[in-house]
Amino acid sequence: MIREGYINAIVLFGFLLIPICALIIEEPYTITLATRAAVLALAAVGLNIALGIGGLVSLGHAVFFGLGGYAMGILAFHAQNYIPVELGPLTINGTKSMPIIWLTAVLVSAFAALIIGLLSLRTTGVYFIMITLAFGQMFFFFSISWSAYGGEDGLSIYVRNVFPGVNTLVPIQFFGLCFTALCVALFVQSRLRASIFGLVLNSARQTPVRAETVGLNPMRLKLLAFVISGAITGLAGALFADLNRFVSPTMFSWQLSGELIVLIIIGGVGRLAGPVIGSALFVTLEHFLGEFTDFWHIWLGLILLLIVLFARGGIIGILTGKDGPHV
Amino acid sequence: MSEPVLATRNLCKTFNALVATDDVSIDLKPGEIHAIIGPNGAGKSTLIGQICGGIKPDAGSVHLGDSDVTNFSTAERAQAGLGRTFQISALAMEDTVLENVLLGVVGRSAKPWRFWSPALKARDLIESSMAALERVGLAEVCDQVTANLSHGQRRQLEVAVALALTPKAFVMDEPMAGLGAEGSHSMTDFLSELRHEAPILLVEHDMDAVFALADRISVLVYGRIIASGSVDEIKASKKVREAYLGEET
Repeated sequence: MIREGYINAIVLFGFLLIPICALIIEEPYTITLATRAAVLALAAVGLNIALGIGGLVSLGHAVFFGLGGYAMGILAFHAQNYIPVELGPLTINGTKSMPIIWLTAVLVSAFAALIIGLLSLRTTGVYFIMITLAFGQMFFFFSISWSAYGGEDGLSIYVRNVFPGVNTLVPIQFFGLCFTALCVALFVQSRLRASIFGLVLNSARQTPVRAETVGLNPMRLKLLAFVISGAITGLAGALFADLNRFVSPTMFSWQLSGELIVLIIIGGVGRLAGPVIGSALFVTLEHFLGEFTDFWHIWLGLILLLIVLFARGGIIGILTGKDGPHV
Repeated sequence: MSEPVLATRNLCKTFNALVATDDVSIDLKPGEIHAIIGPNGAGKSTLIGQICGGIKPDAGSVHLGDSDVTNFSTAERAQAGLGRTFQISALAMEDTVLENVLLGVVGRSAKPWRFWSPALKARDLIESSMAALERVGLAEVCDQVTANLSHGQRRQLEVAVALALTPKAFVMDEPMAGLGAEGSHSMTDFLSELRHEAPILLVEHDMDAVFALADRISVLVYGRIIASGSVDEIKASKKVREAYLGEET
């Protein structure tokens, strides 16, 4: 059996190698696919912090993904039309600058996660799943009816936003940006998991009553995990919108929340590289099987079924021979 | 007489028509083991729930040291110095033994908000944890995953986590449950020493252990304390015998 640290290194190295090879053999579309996988992985890394360490099965993480997307969409929309955003007495200019857009996406998602978490963390189990789903649907239908920003049709952004020192229009450079964000998020997750906060949160998932009897408040721990998790998924949303130069209500859809959970389960719940493997597999299947059939989800479903039945630790679990955390 | 460390005053709790706790006043003095015994369904768990938090009494109060902790949450009571062990181990089974004890140490420090430095490199915390493990005899298995421990070792780990809190008073719910004769014996020796650090409110079914350990025994039947006294007094009490053996006399 292989040690998890090696697997993580191999997975990330492989992830980097594919677009570089694609660059050499001049297959720019593969680079775009790799970027898509990296961004989805980033979103799932966010969810993995809540789900894998905190045990919070959120079926509403599309909220944060969508908020990140719309943060980008709205700011860039105002920038390309030269109309400032009017927020009551406040006038904010649109921007095409990625760092500002990212910061906005992270702050907005974190704030939304704080409010949603405060309300939904009073419940556990199926009720938590349902209440997060309900929040997701609220945002979905709101975005459909928000005609100022395209409603159902979504918003198109003509030119990709800018990042200092990077030509984001070149696919490999934009990939580099997304891949770096993914690596930073993975690093944050690994530090978090090993820290005292991670240790305590991980125990609170397994035995909340114990956390209380040693004087800790499990609710607060889980709320903070949810906020961090939402912020990372929000950042992924901003990148996803920039990848497609398009934002639409589908970013808020519950299917997306479900897909993020599926990615994590396939790769390995709570495992560092779990979402990365899951997302790479997902995008590969989507692309290659999608060429043959519209029903490629059947095969994804079959893989998911096999993993849930026979390999509770996901692909990483199979490779390391160790079961993951039970959620 | 010294002031009690932990006390309940006229606690009452009913669940619909069932009187689970009926005017219970007990106290725990420094250096003593006070055992609560009673037949199944006597309301021992409900009483512990009210002392440790989680169940709110209908009337009466709970005191820890000088403070009235009746309206404290479970976590706040733990912060105030109440160390509890569970009848059915409430341990993080996927974590190592050391990590479980670390939880207690972090709880005592009340500082779980450290996000960056690795927990297993925090030397002060590790030292306190290892000291607690040393005392219950689990230091050698500190790197083992808790799920792999024997039942007896899990009971010891329960106690170690509570020790790591360095509480003012312990509340132990059947620490002997499921231990073999030998395990029960060494646990008895251990608790006997531990009482000098912090007094223990002991709920236990193992009568040999109770009679060996307790300075005082209170007998709970249908939510009421029907007798309270030294081991010999309880052994001699007719009322207690009736409650345990039925009223055939």
